[in-house]
Amino acid sequence: MATIQSVANEPEQHPDVALVERVKTGDISAYDELVRKYERQIFRIAQHITQNREDAEDVMQDAFLKAYEKLDQFQGNSKFYTWLVRIAVNESLMRLRKRRTGKMVSIDEDIETDEGSVPRDLADWAPDPEQNYTQAELAEILRKTIQGLPPGFRVVFVLRDVDGLSTEETAESLGLSVPAVKSRLLRARLQLRERLARYFKRKKVAREKGVKSDVH
Amino acid sequence: MTCTEFLAMLDDMIDNTVSREMRSDLQEHLRGCEHCEVTLNTTRKTIEIYRSHEIYEMPTNLRDRLHKAIMERCKKGC
Repeated sequence: MATIQSVANEPEQHPDVALVERVKTGDISAYDELVRKYERQIFRIAQHITQNREDAEDVMQDAFLKAYEKLDQFQGNSKFYTWLVRIAVNESLMRLRKRRTGKMVSIDEDIETDEGSVPRDLADWAPDPEQNYTQAELAEILRKTIQGLPPGFRVVFVLRDVDGLSTEETAESLGLSVPAVKSRLLRARLQLRERLARYFKRKKVAREKGVKSDVH
Repeated sequence: MTCTEFLAMLDDMIDNTVSREMRSDLQEHLRGCEHCEVTLNTTRKTIEIYRSHEIYEMPTNLRDRLHKAIMERCKKGC
């Protein structure tokens, strides 16, 4: 009874904390739950950074294994998921470096680009622009568009806007400052908007064909 | 408020983290600036479209295979 009451008196506690505690006492089924809960997100983040399916599979496995090995080091100062994402981001960057040997890959380097900082394409979009495409076409457009962004922009956008992490959690996961996350998020959103406008804006001229090959 | 000033506050506007006074200034600017209105609406749409479409779907068989591999290695102590 005392245990139940003490848990009930801590409404702030994230459900993952209890799962992590169970894993630490040797209950592997609790880790099974954590893996199941976050495997899709981790796979998605790894795909966005590495842009390679095999690498993403490896990263996902390695990230969960590393997190399991290092669970004693997890102090609970941050959310388990934020801590796990940080491991997955580091593993992803390592894979990327292996593929691009000799080329430095980092998400904290300053990205010199003005693209999107001043919106140029100011035509409004159709009310439901995605309806002009099949699901497969749309997925391809969205993939190509986000792949054209620098890795440091992509990952900030994915963590903040797709995964729903807060600015602070995103900063913590990536080892970036809060102002750096904010600056990247704005530029990522504007660059994506600018690039998607090519597909989604209201067509004023009927001869706009072949736009699909326009994105890189 | 200029368009540059509006743009600097765009994320706060989208994320709903502006004060009431600032929001009213931003809305005042929007009423007279079609360009910023389009930028705001299409940026919101950009976020929404990425949020509602999973572009790196994980097929069930892949998910099961990787999940199993992870758990087997954890059971062996990695």
